[in-house]
Amino acid sequence: MAHDTSFTNQDFKVVGTRVNRPDGVDKVTGRAKYGADLSAPGQLVGLFLRSPHAHARITKIDTSRAEKLSGVKAIITSADLPDLTGGRQIDVLENCMARDRALYDGHAVAAVAAIDQQTAKKALKLIKVSYEILPHVTDVDEAMKTSAPVIKDNIFTSGVDPKPKKPSNVSKVSEFGHGDIEAGFKAADVIIEKSYKTEQTHQGYIEPHACLATVGPDGAGELWVTTQGHYTYRTVCAALLGMDIAKLKVTSSEIGGGFGGKTHVWVEPIALALSRKANRPVKVVMTRDEVFRATGPTCSTSMDIKIGAKKDGTITAASSVLRYQNGAFPATWAMLGAMTSWACYDLKNVHSIGYDVLCNRPKTAAYRAPSAPMAAFGVESTMDLVAAEIGMNPVDFRIKNAAKEGTRASYGPTYGPIGIGPTLEAAKNHPHMRAKLGKNQGRGMACGFWFNFGGQTCTDLNIGSDGTVNLAIGTVDVGGARASMSLIAAEELGIPYEQVKAHVADTSSLGHNDTTEGSRGTFSSGMATIFAARDAIEELRKRAAKMWGIPLEAVEWAEGEARAVGSEHGNLPALSLADIAKRAASTGGPIAGHNEVVADGAGVSFASHICDIEVDPETGGTKVIRYTVIQDAGKAIHPDYVEGQFQGGAAQGIGWALNEEYIYGDDGRLQNSGFLDYRIPVCSDLPFIDTKILEIPNPNHPYGVRGVGETSIVPPLAAIGNALSNAAGVRMDHVPMSPPRILKAIEEANG
Amino acid sequence: MSSVLVDTTVNGDPVQFACPTEEVLMDSLRDRVGLTGVKEGCGTGDCGACSITLDGQLVCSCLVLGIEANGRKIGTVEGMAEGNALHPLQEQFIEHAALQCGICTPGFLVAAKALLDDNASPSEEEIRFALAGNLCRCTGYDKIVRAVQAAAKQMRKKK
Amino acid sequence: MRYEAPTTTKEAVMLLAKEKGEAAVLAGGTDLLVRMKMGMSEPDLIVDIKQIPAMNALKYSATGTKIGAAVSGAMLAKNKAIKKAWPGVVEATNLIGSDQVQGRCTMVGNLCNASPAADGVPAMIAAGAKAVVVGKTKRRTVAVENIATGPGQTSLAKGEVIEAITLPKRPRNSGDAYLRFTPRTEMDIAVVSAGVNLTLVRGVVKTARVCLGAVAPTAVLVPDAAKAIIGTKLDADALANLAAACSSACNPIDDKRGTIEYRTKVAGVLGRRAAEIAFKRAGGA
Repeated sequence: MAHDTSFTNQDFKVVGTRVNRPDGVDKVTGRAKYGADLSAPGQLVGLFLRSPHAHARITKIDTSRAEKLSGVKAIITSADLPDLTGGRQIDVLENCMARDRALYDGHAVAAVAAIDQQTAKKALKLIKVSYEILPHVTDVDEAMKTSAPVIKDNIFTSGVDPKPKKPSNVSKVSEFGHGDIEAGFKAADVIIEKSYKTEQTHQGYIEPHACLATVGPDGAGELWVTTQGHYTYRTVCAALLGMDIAKLKVTSSEIGGGFGGKTHVWVEPIALALSRKANRPVKVVMTRDEVFRATGPTCSTSMDIKIGAKKDGTITAASSVLRYQNGAFPATWAMLGAMTSWACYDLKNVHSIGYDVLCNRPKTAAYRAPSAPMAAFGVESTMDLVAAEIGMNPVDFRIKNAAKEGTRASYGPTYGPIGIGPTLEAAKNHPHMRAKLGKNQGRGMACGFWFNFGGQTCTDLNIGSDGTVNLAIGTVDVGGARASMSLIAAEELGIPYEQVKAHVADTSSLGHNDTTEGSRGTFSSGMATIFAARDAIEELRKRAAKMWGIPLEAVEWAEGEARAVGSEHGNLPALSLADIAKRAASTGGPIAGHNEVVADGAGVSFASHICDIEVDPETGGTKVIRYTVIQDAGKAIHPDYVEGQFQGGAAQGIGWALNEEYIYGDDGRLQNSGFLDYRIPVCSDLPFIDTKILEIPNPNHPYGVRGVGETSIVPPLAAIGNALSNAAGVRMDHVPMSPPRILKAIEEANG
Repeated sequence: MSSVLVDTTVNGDPVQFACPTEEVLMDSLRDRVGLTGVKEGCGTGDCGACSITLDGQLVCSCLVLGIEANGRKIGTVEGMAEGNALHPLQEQFIEHAALQCGICTPGFLVAAKALLDDNASPSEEEIRFALAGNLCRCTGYDKIVRAVQAAAKQMRKKK
Repeated sequence: MRYEAPTTTKEAVMLLAKEKGEAAVLAGGTDLLVRMKMGMSEPDLIVDIKQIPAMNALKYSATGTKIGAAVSGAMLAKNKAIKKAWPGVVEATNLIGSDQVQGRCTMVGNLCNASPAADGVPAMIAAGAKAVVVGKTKRRTVAVENIATGPGQTSLAKGEVIEAITLPKRPRNSGDAYLRFTPRTEMDIAVVSAGVNLTLVRGVVKTARVCLGAVAPTAVLVPDAAKAIIGTKLDADALANLAAACSSACNPIDDKRGTIEYRTKVAGVLGRRAAEIAFKRAGGA
């Protein structure tokens, strides 16, 4: 049934209220079950052997002594993992288990399943791996040089004409833009050109990857796993292992944080392979060290930004050259960076080019608005430099050039109604801007953008005989989706929120749902929930008509009940949802609503952040004094959870800006694979984070919803950089802006 | 492998388990006693997700040997509610949306309870520093601190 | 792995002395269990000292202070008398880790782990602390600065264990302080640190000790820094000289936590600031 997805600008009864989440009690009592919290009788412990070298040929793996160890039930190496995907998923397979070469420090080379932890550990020690060490490269700029070791000899740079004959670490070049860049710079009164570098960061979710895998000799299996997309994991694992999709049942546990890092498989296919070989359940729980070394951090980057503007503040030309390191497997992060660089602005002449580069680091994955924070750091820092050069207030400078409805975005499409202008105006007028600044304190602001995605979504709504409603959704709940979906179902049906219970269904119970990423959860599952509810309402109307014996056209649904309308039947007493549900067995059976949709028309989300920072000029130590997030949510289904996304993204951005980075030695090994030296913000590092939700409705969603989960990580890097500039008089061009870097900059500035 | 029998009290109930001498209490509680409310975020005392109380003292259970629990009293998140009445901290965490993914929540609740049992009127700064040993990646700590403040207020009223 | 929980120091010493394999002392376990988790340590024997009464001593007296090896940071923080007399020593130990870690970690464990950045050590050394070392046949008293000999190494012989730390008599108008630089407000290993202890007579610094952490393989006592402020009321020149002496005494490395340049510069800054706090605490103006 076709559904109209246009925004209807209705008044809401329950959507927008701050209800308690349905998974709250389970989570505060310790009852909620995460990836490592399930066990099975007879389960084996799965452990991985990992390369200690950044780049090495694997000449031999001898597992014979390990296999003889009592208690060892299965060992897997790449010899057990033929590519069954015709090359389509070979990168995924190779990242899960090294084939002829170890490509980064931590790359899995073998895995064992044994009766307990001690035996598994002993078995790993008995596996003899012979390595021939190869030259390595871990820096993005070094990796682009012709002198760098070529990591994959079958990668030829795409996006370049003519097609290169020699393999390269540059897997892709992407370009976006429009207008005449050269003319634009010629017309500028002021040009600022600057280069920046950002170091690699990890999503830092507190829950390590974990799964419980069971595969039987009949080719059927089950996987309990912490993931952002259990359907995606099912598809990928089935493909890699040659299993039928329908026969692999994947259940998503509660997820202890993902932020993009749990959208790819890491250990899961191997856990399944071990289980299949041993014919016993295998539990794999990654250690924190393994999470940092062998899952999917985001890219480290280097970039060149150039902005030209007239004295009156009009930007005449803008260009970004971005180099993003993808780890050892090709991806398209620089392309995304190139797309997002200038998305906030209405530019006549704009150009961005992105280079995706391989190096001997772990395969990169998405990290909340992937690729945007780094490009935004360069762009928004340079915007402040231009504003200062012209002598214009940085907020006014951005307002003058802000994109609006009808703007042709730098990455191609034309914008509908958007929030960048409103967030800037709100920032300008926010009380934060009038707060008094003390000694060594400075204020900065920055903007950010992120696309949102729609994608495949299925939802089932089933009405119990007492009128309470089960809602089965397929998008993993990372931030409160069950509460939001329940609000939406309750709104549509016209019943109290408490009458709806949402849960995340396993893969056997619903059709395919795309991964919870791209801020698509509320948008897509929300849309599917609306239509599933409307589907159910159709059925409820039919049943009421039957119960009354009147035509369907005379039945309408309002405020949770069926009402007979018209002069002929209008005096019949209304039938509540519970009344109809009670009689379902005799009116046609169980009542349900259902929807499959490829949610389309996702909106874009803009934000402006303001930050006050204090710098100790003698140590470079910093303290965030004040922070405000202003972001457009389209429609905040549950304001608490929207605020939570704003605050969480900002906190991650602050950590990224000030302290977080992957530190590699000259040997190509990761030196800080733990929370001690990979420094994420602690409670005493942050102030309260003020939030302001703007609602500029997305015209392509019935409620106007825009995804909110990601944009909030985009502005902080530059907001902090700009605040530091005003606090200490130094322009930082290297993220993280850690105390040694700040102190060095201060000393250089003082001469 | 040598296992030792441990006699302990967990959340007021007598509990017995056997574990290898090198096993840490976090694993004993999770795998032997089945209390998966204790979470492993790092296993090295850097994240606080495994927080418990040991004879009333807040500790990371990953930094205590399982056998050290012998004869001691252990408190976990599973023991915070009184029957089906949630502890004020648990109530306020839900009320203030102080959890998103919830993996750090048990550790925060145990640590916050230890704070409030010791200091009934902590300042914002005192709360932040007392909870510095508990990492959260989802919330930015804002609503967590507010929830603790609200719980402290609620607990002071009860007295 | 075997586990023993002796109830006397003598028992502990005998267990450690006769162990043929690798033996480890367990106090708080906040270093040992981390090393075990990371596969860096696989002891054959663990000797848990927490049941030994002598190692649980915690007493301030006019003639001296005793802090047993099994005393946790949390217990130390509760002792008002020691905190009042030696705020620098106590705040230093209380900076180790989180509240959870404080529930277990010990001054002596921190000292014997011998990290160059150990938080408890510089203030102890500045205070003139001594370690009571007990062996099979004798007890000896060792200045704390002579315990660590390099990263992860101590001067203790096999079968020797530290029973307690003693702090000397506390003259009137004395003050001590410990400062460290960490990128976050908590949970970090010190990038550089300074402990200063001094005594005033008629408002003038009579005696002083200045000790730096995380700028050399072991904590560094800086006599020149102390000389710079002795006989002064901590005027600007004296402080500048102290800072310069601190920076000169540094022999740090570049590592994932800090650079040579950074540590050298900030050592001077922290030495100066710690001296100012100690001076104020001593009643200086």
